[in-house]
Amino acid sequence: MPSGSFARGAARKWGGRVLLVGVLLVGAAVVIVSALSVFAGHDPARVLGALWSGSLGSPYAIFSATLVRATPLILTGLAVALAFTAGVMNVGAEGQLLAGAAAATALGLETRGMSGWLTIPLALIAGAVAGAVWASVPGWLRRRFGVLEVISTIMMNFVALYLVGYLVRGPLQEPLGIYPQSSPLPDTVRLPLLGGTRLHIGFVLALACALGAWWVLRATAAGFRVRVIGANPDAARSAGMIDVGRTMFRTFLLSGALAGLAGAVEVMGVTYSLYENLSPGYGYTAIAVALVGALHPLLTAVSGVFFGALEAGAAAIQRDAGVPSVLATVVEAALILLLLATVAIRARWRRPNPVAVASLISLPAPAGDRS
Amino acid sequence: MIDALVVFLEATVRTATPLALAALGETVVERSGVINIGLEGTILAGALASVVGAGMLGVGGGFAGALLAGVITASAFAVFVVTLRADQIVSGTAITLLSLGVTGLLYRGMFGSAGVALTVPTAGPVAIPVLSSIPLVGRPLFVQPVTTYAVYALVPLLALWMYRTHGGLALRAVGENADAATAAGISPSRVRWAALLFGGALGGLSGGSLAIAQVGTFAEGMSAGRGFIAIAIVALGRWSPVGVALAAIVFGAASALQFVAQSLGWAVPYHAFLALPYVLTLLALAGATGRMVPPAGLGRR
Repeated sequence: MPSGSFARGAARKWGGRVLLVGVLLVGAAVVIVSALSVFAGHDPARVLGALWSGSLGSPYAIFSATLVRATPLILTGLAVALAFTAGVMNVGAEGQLLAGAAAATALGLETRGMSGWLTIPLALIAGAVAGAVWASVPGWLRRRFGVLEVISTIMMNFVALYLVGYLVRGPLQEPLGIYPQSSPLPDTVRLPLLGGTRLHIGFVLALACALGAWWVLRATAAGFRVRVIGANPDAARSAGMIDVGRTMFRTFLLSGALAGLAGAVEVMGVTYSLYENLSPGYGYTAIAVALVGALHPLLTAVSGVFFGALEAGAAAIQRDAGVPSVLATVVEAALILLLLATVAIRARWRRPNPVAVASLISLPAPAGDRS
Repeated sequence: MIDALVVFLEATVRTATPLALAALGETVVERSGVINIGLEGTILAGALASVVGAGMLGVGGGFAGALLAGVITASAFAVFVVTLRADQIVSGTAITLLSLGVTGLLYRGMFGSAGVALTVPTAGPVAIPVLSSIPLVGRPLFVQPVTTYAVYALVPLLALWMYRTHGGLALRAVGENADAATAAGISPSRVRWAALLFGGALGGLSGGSLAIAQVGTFAEGMSAGRGFIAIAIVALGRWSPVGVALAAIVFGAASALQFVAQSLGWAVPYHAFLALPYVLTLLALAGATGRMVPPAGLGRR
């Protein structure tokens, strides 16, 4: 899978320069936002001011906006990072998140009256399982039929969206039947808030998941298998020690579980009810989160906070400066392209093109280039 | 019942048209060994550009704008994938994301916040004399917007070009084995650039067809996965123009089923029909993949 080499290239090149890259990315984001503001006829100073005050400018902005936004981004970012590390192009975190949100909502509404010590873990598990089940479909299609997961996971995103659309107008609709949304979740499945802010304990859970994923990838046999099949599936296959198909399928499940958990955490900690526009594209932003985090779990958590700040700031500039918040999407895409270009250009400088070299010494191109 | 059938067939061809345009373009792109996930963004950009162009210069301006927007987005993709040799999947995803954001910004910047329905000149159906009066299939096939007739013309032309000309051979050679093509004096980069520009033009036209010949306006994210469905259609049609056109018809029929269901009052949730084309894509890919032979170099750098 080509993404594996991208990830390795990114990780290798930035090993000791994380801080520098971080500063450059923030600088690039500022430049892009300013340029877009000027282009759209807004005062860039005012837009940047709103971006700052809405994201990091006050303790309230940090704890009740940025970190709240960062929570689902860290979890879905981890889902994407884990999948990409294994060469699994799961771009279906959005659908897996929605499946998780729907399952957690259903369980929360069914267990009304039970103890929160029981229902909160149960609802979180329900979300993770639903996300894994949602990811298992493209995982199985890949394993059994070789269906390209880029397409199948995106198809599952649309199916999830329409499934939620049906649920909130059918089985899960609030009892009056007026609004296309579920009843509010009972207090027993709402996540505890941290010290008078709007930040819920799901943020701590997301950080714990990042640590867990880091440890698994780094120090366990399963993590080693994931890294190997991402780096070189053919080598893994011919070495014979790794069942590539099974490892890929399990990665799908784990990736889906993380995204499903993000959905559960979002309904239990932020929205308290299920509706169609629950996610402003967290599952798609997750791709940028994972790539900017160089697919490293801990860096992905940092990157999740960065994009959380960007999205919280974008919401503020829509409110205060009248610039549409889709601005954040443009910045995300531009940052991915910037990274791609940087990595691609540097890789080209360092590694001579084998075909060009072969033609210089008039030999056929190395056959090993084709897998 | 016959009336319902005619309505169904008409809707089938109408909804299949943008899918066929995008998928035919992507067929050429994939034959050159590149998979353009950014097609979704190309369609979306084409849709917005067609509405803007039609608002300023009429229907012709709309299609010109769609072509231009398609070529621009495909060029951006080509710079990353062909010139810089960046990862195709990640680049394509980024281009789609970029298009989603830029069209959203431009749309709100130009027409204010969402909710205002745009009224622009649209490309209405054009009846072809004599042919359109054939019973049953006359209306569905020959009372359609001009983009549908473009598909009719494109399928045989593309098939001839791909299998009967040197250019078509060069395209297929690059997709099967770029090194061998290079040895034969063909520049894979140049062929891929050309294929992507062509695919971009058709992708943009697909968006234009969707916006000004089918829906009649622009909405944010209106491509709704059609770019990805088109990529699935290419696989289902086994990378041949005729096969791809037939596969597009199948998907058009799946989308058109909701109109029939509404008119006949079937008691199936509305959302099930909305989800049907996406589920069908999954089933089709599962059913077809085992027997498919994609271009050998597809997705490689």
